[in-house]
Amino acid sequence: MTTPAQRRRAVLVRSAVCTLLAVGATFVLDSYANYQLATIAAIFCATAGLTLLVGLTGQLSLGHAVLMAAGGYGYALTAAPLADAGVEGVLRILGGLLGALVLAGAVGGLLGLAGARLRGPYLAGLTLALVIALPAISTQVPALGGAQGVGVPFEGVPDALGGVVSIEQWHAWMAVLAAALAVTPLALVRSGRSGLRMRAVHDDETAARLAGISPARVKTGAFVAVALAAGLGGGVLAVVTQNVSPGAYDLAFSLLLLVAVVVGGLGSIGGAAVGAVLVVLLPWLIDTGVAAVGLPSELEQRLSGNVAVLVFGALLIAVTVVWPGGLSHALGDRIRSLTTRFRPSRTVPQQLTER
Amino acid sequence: MRTPTITRAPARTFVAATGAGALLLSLAACGGADEAVPGVSEDTITIGTHQPLTGPAAAGYSSISAATSAYFDYVNANGGVHGRQIEYIVKDDAYNPANTQTVVRELVQQDDVFAVVNGLGTPTHSSVLDFLNQNEVPDLFVSSGSTAWNDPEEYPYTFGYNADYHVEGSALGQYAADEHAGKSVCVLGQDDDYGETFLEGVQIALGEDGVTTYETYETSNQDVTAQIGAMQSAGCEVVMLATVNGFTALAVGTAAQMGFMPTWMAASAGGDYPTLVEFLGEDVAAQVLQGFTSVNYLPFSPDGEWVELFTEINDEYNGSAAFDGNTVFGMGVGYAFVEALEAAGEDPTRESLVEALESGEVVGNGIVPLAYSAENHSGYDAVGITMVDGGVQDFVGSTYRLEGESVTAIEPEQLPLDGNGIPAAE
Repeated sequence: MTTPAQRRRAVLVRSAVCTLLAVGATFVLDSYANYQLATIAAIFCATAGLTLLVGLTGQLSLGHAVLMAAGGYGYALTAAPLADAGVEGVLRILGGLLGALVLAGAVGGLLGLAGARLRGPYLAGLTLALVIALPAISTQVPALGGAQGVGVPFEGVPDALGGVVSIEQWHAWMAVLAAALAVTPLALVRSGRSGLRMRAVHDDETAARLAGISPARVKTGAFVAVALAAGLGGGVLAVVTQNVSPGAYDLAFSLLLLVAVVVGGLGSIGGAAVGAVLVVLLPWLIDTGVAAVGLPSELEQRLSGNVAVLVFGALLIAVTVVWPGGLSHALGDRIRSLTTRFRPSRTVPQQLTER
Repeated sequence: MRTPTITRAPARTFVAATGAGALLLSLAACGGADEAVPGVSEDTITIGTHQPLTGPAAAGYSSISAATSAYFDYVNANGGVHGRQIEYIVKDDAYNPANTQTVVRELVQQDDVFAVVNGLGTPTHSSVLDFLNQNEVPDLFVSSGSTAWNDPEEYPYTFGYNADYHVEGSALGQYAADEHAGKSVCVLGQDDDYGETFLEGVQIALGEDGVTTYETYETSNQDVTAQIGAMQSAGCEVVMLATVNGFTALAVGTAAQMGFMPTWMAASAGGDYPTLVEFLGEDVAAQVLQGFTSVNYLPFSPDGEWVELFTEINDEYNGSAAFDGNTVFGMGVGYAFVEALEAAGEDPTRESLVEALESGEVVGNGIVPLAYSAENHSGYDAVGITMVDGGVQDFVGSTYRLEGESVTAIEPEQLPLDGNGIPAAE
């Protein structure tokens, strides 16, 4: 079997390769596709955390969109004064992202403290209430700008890269980099000792306590880590869309995130990536498909937006029935069976107890 | 389910990413077009809009884009503009700024639209204002009365259309001062830019202390009893409404139940009689809305020649949908766009379209000409007072223009209907 150091190195190498591939992809994608890639990367930050939270520690968060929103507002509220003070470029982006991390971390910390005391449905209820309250909070707190939201200063391509990359490409780079910075630590946590502790707490809190693990600390820590990742995603999404509004982080989006990680495969980072891709591309593909079929405009209006929800629901049912491990496991199995066909198989099975 | 202890996630990430990438590429290849001017081909011009077809605002406004589409169909059936057919792509944003950003990017980057026309809503359109101007996409006839669209220095590609809330508020304020002198005037407004800008307009006409009380409501709370009660006890005789249609009906209905019968004056966004009848019902509306005052700037007089033509177009190209103020508005927008496109020349570019508008050649079909120039990108700067009498809403003749900080009564200069109602090239 592998040693922790080997596993760590493997995670780092893989995330570096994936980041480079994604950055390379921005050169061949057109501007709209680059925008979609940036959105996928930002959402990946949130789904990667959510899959860890639900899959590993067993804490059900229905309000994950709020953590992304906290990141977005944190970014907007920091970047706007920086812009007024004349700070520009990368420095302003970093300052804004720091604001995103602080606010999201604070919200995540509070939720984590509650999460350590609340179990299952009660935590789900709390996070659900939070996401429902978001529009009201944004109306009541003047700085959050109500339904209209807060504007975010535009970040153009830095002079050094001017002419080489387009604006959408630059934004996609930022989002991919943010995703790498958010997800790699989560992957390290997952494969390392903290991941073991999380699993132990999930399996049996009493047994974990007997083994010297503090479930409260593990749960709160998990929530904070996950909130930081989601906050980074929310912050970078604010840069890409130049706006943060409660409408972007409504209940439907929050539930969609959860459906995405379940369909992708709970507990798996790859599943979270598949989920993020689905969240962004599925509604778009359906809308494009519906438009291409050439239905009467009235029917098209009726279908618009609703079909995507229907397909997500159907997909959730289909996946849980056919591949209970999620799409990533199903895809992973395909690839594994392919690689074993071409590669002499190892004699020792890697996991005896999986699933 | 237990999770594997060894992460093989990035491999999957990679597979997912490449798969999605390949998919994107193949799709992008289908939609791409490599013409010199985006959205303009040999025989078509593609434009787009974002509209609330679903969601909370759909009930009041989803019929606008249908009316605009019908007008374009009518123009296309008559040979189009400079031989090109107009293709109008309507995207649903459900009145959610986050959706607006996505669909407008889709319009600009994927559908390669020539211009965005009549994007609806203040919060929604605000979120794409920077994007459209950075990408130098003409952003014409924004469907909102906000004063934010008139900023040619910052947003050279954006043009308003509606009379803004300053214009409407000041006109109603002046009308109240002229016709109801000495009466106490109160304002009920939506608790956002709409209400506040309208109040500023009323104060332009009546002075800072000309408004007895200002009450606000939230769209999320379907109860305005407290606000109506406060105005009743403050002795308001004229109540001005910066409300959407649903809340106009709610306010008038609630007040009637409480035995409070002031003179009602509503901004155009909440003053469309046919729409209010749908909310209140024929019988109640006829009673409580007698003498109901509002403003308009488009030729919506039920017995006018424009309405006659628009009704014909509505019957032929819009499946005889219910005909109301939105229909006139949607078709008016279509008329102004065709006019702009005619003026932009045989081979229009985005620059020539903006130049055509700034030249002042585009006048629309309203009760006063649109007054675009290089320094002024606002829409209608004057409105006519309308009143409901015996179930019919029509202009009473008083028309007010806002110039700077002064409101003046003017004579309407309604553009007569010429020929088939399609603007001809000069």
